[in-house]
Amino acid sequence: MPTTLIQNGRVIDPSQDVDRVTNVLLRDGKVVGFDAPSGQYDQVIDATGKIVTPGLIDMHVHLREPGREEDETIATGTASAAAGGFTSIACIPNTAPPIDTQATVEFIQHQAARAGHCNVFVVACVSKNREGKELAEIGQLVEAGAVAFSDDGAPVYDAELMRRALEYCSMFDKPILNHAEVMELTRGGGMMHEGIVSLLLGLPGMPSAAEDVMIGRDIALMDVTGGRVHVMHISTAGGVALVRQAKLAGSRVTTEICPHHFTLTDECLRTFDSNYKMSPPLRSRLDVEACIEGLIDDTIEVICTDHAPHALEKKMQEIDVAPFGIVGLETCLPLTISQLIEPGHLTWSQAVKKLTINPARILGVDKGTLKPGADADVTIIDPNLEWTCDPQQFRSKSKNSPFAGWEFTGRAVMTLVGGRTAFRL
Amino acid sequence: MSLDVSEIGSIPSAWTRRHLLGLEDLSVEELNILLDSAEMFKEATDDCTRKIPVLTGRTCANLFFENSTRTRLSFSLAMRRLGGDTLDFASGSSSMSKGETVIDTAKNIEAMGIDLVVCRHRTPGVPHLLANNLNCSVINAGDGPHEHPTQGLLDILTIRQQRGTLAGLTVALVGDIQFSRTARSNIWGLRKLGAHVILCGPATLVSPLWREFGVEISHNLDDILPRCDVLNLLRIQFERQSTRPFPSVREYAHLYAMNRQRMDRAKDGVLILAPGPINRGVEVTTDVADGPHSLILSQVTNGLAVRMAALWLVCGAAARDSE
Repeated sequence: MPTTLIQNGRVIDPSQDVDRVTNVLLRDGKVVGFDAPSGQYDQVIDATGKIVTPGLIDMHVHLREPGREEDETIATGTASAAAGGFTSIACIPNTAPPIDTQATVEFIQHQAARAGHCNVFVVACVSKNREGKELAEIGQLVEAGAVAFSDDGAPVYDAELMRRALEYCSMFDKPILNHAEVMELTRGGGMMHEGIVSLLLGLPGMPSAAEDVMIGRDIALMDVTGGRVHVMHISTAGGVALVRQAKLAGSRVTTEICPHHFTLTDECLRTFDSNYKMSPPLRSRLDVEACIEGLIDDTIEVICTDHAPHALEKKMQEIDVAPFGIVGLETCLPLTISQLIEPGHLTWSQAVKKLTINPARILGVDKGTLKPGADADVTIIDPNLEWTCDPQQFRSKSKNSPFAGWEFTGRAVMTLVGGRTAFRL
Repeated sequence: MSLDVSEIGSIPSAWTRRHLLGLEDLSVEELNILLDSAEMFKEATDDCTRKIPVLTGRTCANLFFENSTRTRLSFSLAMRRLGGDTLDFASGSSSMSKGETVIDTAKNIEAMGIDLVVCRHRTPGVPHLLANNLNCSVINAGDGPHEHPTQGLLDILTIRQQRGTLAGLTVALVGDIQFSRTARSNIWGLRKLGAHVILCGPATLVSPLWREFGVEISHNLDDILPRCDVLNLLRIQFERQSTRPFPSVREYAHLYAMNRQRMDRAKDGVLILAPGPINRGVEVTTDVADGPHSLILSQVTNGLAVRMAALWLVCGAAARDSE
């Protein structure tokens, strides 16, 4: 029975309201508990001056495989996750073919197991072939292990289909993760936030209303159906207000945010660098401030990456042709530290909660905790390590990050998955 | 017959730009250097009809990824008037249609040994992309609805020739502001040089956000006409619009076309500009376009002078950089 002692670290486990210096004992891939005495163990990890958390969870990752292995594979994407401190990720089904059958779910699971870097939970399609017309075989997908449903890349557009999907998923208590975008409002080639900067640059805009209107629709449909909507990558002040209001009225709606949406604004597009092109787009300073408020008051309970790898040649194009999205797995934790914890918006415990137990609860997976008996998924963070972001060093196959050259303090230095070292700096 | 090169000295020391990508970033001094240089070339070449070989041995590639007649010919002729060579490229006939990226296309043409790229593209930022990825100079000849600096300059030069200065003038840009690169370059240049700018057109094409930049917004041409010293009538860019921003061309012309009746409401000496190509009967009626207030053809001649100035300045700055 292999044993590991993680010694003398500041253990932050929001699932148990723990934030204190202690030892964590792992045995046979499971957590034994805290306060273990020093002694003879197969492995002792000195975590003095480090932060020890339940393994981080990223519930929004595009692994690209099958179909777009030039951008990312399950092996490279999960290696990138481990390097970013993530022990579990949920992969989004806009692959080719899309994840809409048991066979594809099992393919993902097998590839993830072969790679062996981290746990991969599968989000499957809401609709067959992700076409937004007919429901996918949700019951069988649940049996295969799908933890949630999404047509991301695109919204579940048809309101009636969304209604049926919510009703149907409620049988399995699975959430629908929806990309909120009213396409009529963005179809004029919209590629950045509509505002003063888009006006100056002459780039077609994506108004905040395109996001807000669909968030409003989805909240209303939850009331009708009893289903559960998780608003993906929220980015607008209006959207945050709608979710806050719904929660106050008792709705079970949940939402997530990506680091770029609490860090960057549409001003970045002045460089015409396609690494600032994502959907939803980088919004205004006011939106960023509203999102941070939403993080503070827990309207936004999850931090995720929307890790969207694209090969260099795809991004090195005219900004209208370049695809949306950036890689995020290896910059998520550092940005959370520098943008939310250092300025005092969130405590370490609050931030870790949004990266561990909160996404675990939304996905209904038994992760995100260091309670006795839990899987020994652990992230060790050096909060004082100073480093410079160089995308060429990323484990991800793609390097499309706007954070190249950023100076950070703090990052994951060790990632344990099931007690095994998945990453060590 | 060529003129003596010595008539034109070296470029002003205050000009340091190897690229001309837009007017938004230019200082008042830089704008004046461009306008004064254009005036100098115009005089030195008898309205741009003679050669002045200051760029002998230099080659300029016209990379027009979007259709153009007037601007492409104007840049070609300007380069030849300066004694340089030009290379023309049209995207329809190239490997662009075989899936090559715009950067690769431009790098391949640059590798043939050119000094300067003049770029037009449907997408904002492409000249900036090329400037970041090529070693040669880049002039923006129109990037989508973003900027068209030489057009803005030639409009401003045309007004300056008539009135001596831009300061204190009221200039209305009328029509499709939303999709117009000419509008944006004009707004920056006119504001910096002290003109009052009014943007006039339907609410679907004139955003109220423009007020943030100190310009006036109007949706009623008849209201503002009596105050305007200059009217610059912009073409409706149907090709850029995904949906029609007004009910019909007929209604647009009814509300915004500059016609005989509206000329009666305008100031006596009002100047009529249009960047062209003009749509007769839409933004301007034929009698006004061809009437005594119209400066449409002087704009074209000034375009040549402005482009000579721009080519000379960016090539001069590049040469100085490499010394």
